[in-house]
Amino acid sequence: MANHCVVCVKQVPDTKRLSGQAMKDDGTVNRAALPAIFNPEDLNALETALAIRDRWGGTVTVITMGLPKAADVLRESLFRGADRGILITDRRAAGSDTLATSYILSCAVRRLAPDLVLCGRQAIDGDTAQVGPQIAEKLGYTLVTYLDELLDLRGTTVRARRNLGNGFEIVEAELPVLLTVVDTANTPRPPAARRVMKFKKARCRSEVEQAIARELPAGTEDEKATEVARRSLALAERGLLIGQWNLDEIGADLTWCGLKGSPTKVHRVQSIVLAGGAYREFEASEDGVARLVRELIEDHTIG
Amino acid sequence: MIAVNRKGEVWVFAEHEGGTLSEVPLELLGKGRELADSLGVPLAAMLLTAGEGEAMVRRLGQYGADKVYLVEHDLLRQYQTATYARVVCELVQAHAPQVVLYGATAMGRDLAPTVASALRCGLTADCTDLQIGDHTPPGGKELHRNLLLQIRPAFGGSIIATIVNYDRWPQMATVREGVMVMPEPDGRARATVVRHPVSFNGFVAPLRILESQRREKKVNLKAARVIVAGGAGVGTREGFRLIWELANCLGGAVGASRAAIDLGFVDKDHQVGQTGTTVRPALYVACGISGAVQHRAGMEESAKILAINIDRSAPIFSVAHYGIVGDLRVVIPRLIRAIRSGARIEGLAEPLGERSAASGDARG
Repeated sequence: MANHCVVCVKQVPDTKRLSGQAMKDDGTVNRAALPAIFNPEDLNALETALAIRDRWGGTVTVITMGLPKAADVLRESLFRGADRGILITDRRAAGSDTLATSYILSCAVRRLAPDLVLCGRQAIDGDTAQVGPQIAEKLGYTLVTYLDELLDLRGTTVRARRNLGNGFEIVEAELPVLLTVVDTANTPRPPAARRVMKFKKARCRSEVEQAIARELPAGTEDEKATEVARRSLALAERGLLIGQWNLDEIGADLTWCGLKGSPTKVHRVQSIVLAGGAYREFEASEDGVARLVRELIEDHTIG
Repeated sequence: MIAVNRKGEVWVFAEHEGGTLSEVPLELLGKGRELADSLGVPLAAMLLTAGEGEAMVRRLGQYGADKVYLVEHDLLRQYQTATYARVVCELVQAHAPQVVLYGATAMGRDLAPTVASALRCGLTADCTDLQIGDHTPPGGKELHRNLLLQIRPAFGGSIIATIVNYDRWPQMATVREGVMVMPEPDGRARATVVRHPVSFNGFVAPLRILESQRREKKVNLKAARVIVAGGAGVGTREGFRLIWELANCLGGAVGASRAAIDLGFVDKDHQVGQTGTTVRPALYVACGISGAVQHRAGMEESAKILAINIDRSAPIFSVAHYGIVGDLRVVIPRLIRAIRSGARIEGLAEPLGERSAASGDARG
């Protein structure tokens, strides 16, 4: 199918809002208390895919690897115009570093065989910018990083402008390609009211299972399973069942997944205490300022 | 991946643009020398060019490389992922280094993950420090000695993580420009050249580069002894004139927080911070900057930090040496008056940047 786009997105803790409630008494960050958000540059990647569909046709499928609550970002994507969402979730994926994550995502993408894969340049929790390029390498797709604007998509040829920070490049490549998108590329469209009304009821299988477990705490396994199947079918018929795959369903080799599949291991983590140090305050008055300047001149910091 | 090899060298990818080495590989040679000496192995650079690399080879030697692995081929004239990654993988598989370091530049962050994926080895991005140390996996009994400890902030800078890779070698890491200190060159030092012949065997480069524009940065923040930086608290683009005036009066350069850039007060070249430039001036004056962790990461090693902010609880005060709680629109003119009357500033230099008539487009 022409212009079939897959967008890889991630639900991340809002690391840009480190203040107040997110702080513990010892001045370190309580990571569990941070709200979960759609990784900002992944929104730009989704927007690029939707714009491709607007201009040249095709479809937009959004995938994410995470716990069942990551289905939130798939719903967000559906609200903004994505055609389909798929959650890749499996306990055996826990502890994956970027190499293992990119391996798992590449297995899922391979099943979808898209012409274009779009990723945000980097996620605000890991900040590595590694997963996009590594998915491209595993799939053998041509990598185009730092997409600033997709200029043309003619037949099987993509023309794009890349923002390299200290300049630009215009490049051309044959499909299939993987693009990593930077935040300067576009302004993501907001959710569309009608799509929100429809897709706010969309659920993935795990969410259905969790709901049934809450609603039928005394039910037998069989009863629960039957209800899960019934409800999932009802959702699917209305186009509201978010796809869900585990590692077996995407044909992943467990050797390359999770902690086992991760070459990088954490040796130590230290929390930063955001306070302290030798600090002196000077008054904002003419006098206070003059005293500060005198001191800076005396110790040769200025002058 | 390659087998764990204790005789493996420490390598630095020598990034260059059209025959001129970037600064970051030279900075990495400085840290690389420490690591190599600690491990008792040679330090080498990988240089990929289309030819005429003699001047760069000389420079790499002067900055501490014992060897330069030189690969020359027409297909390497302009960087692209597929050609460069292919050559780097070949070099790594042929010579089995223990450690490979790259600048965390646009090129490095495109190349390094591709190589790591192809070699199925570990890669840690944006390291702020690298050391040699030992590691025992939790619940394990084996002691892995003399590993590369890859130290980096994570989670928006709220934690410092030390990462290791003990069995999927080489150990690879990227480091941002300005983080490691540039070593002093030794004019007499020479590197041995190891030519590595590469044949692309009819390989067709997948990317066609149609047009390429680079522009000189408007300001050299790394070289500035004094930086006066403005943040969102400056309020307006017109208000940023105060930052320029204070910088001029101190013979310093103008910096800015990400917020000020996004608000269009000044060009992106002036950005200080984790995604901008990392600086270590003798004096950093932060005006109307709240001090988010990403900004602090780019300036907290300044010798002296003066923070001016109307908000007493702004996190910037936690890294400052001096603080003035007040309206910068009142405080900065007072500072300027005090400086002008208090001293004659020697060597007052014209700032490198012109007053910005920025359209507010962060893409420049």
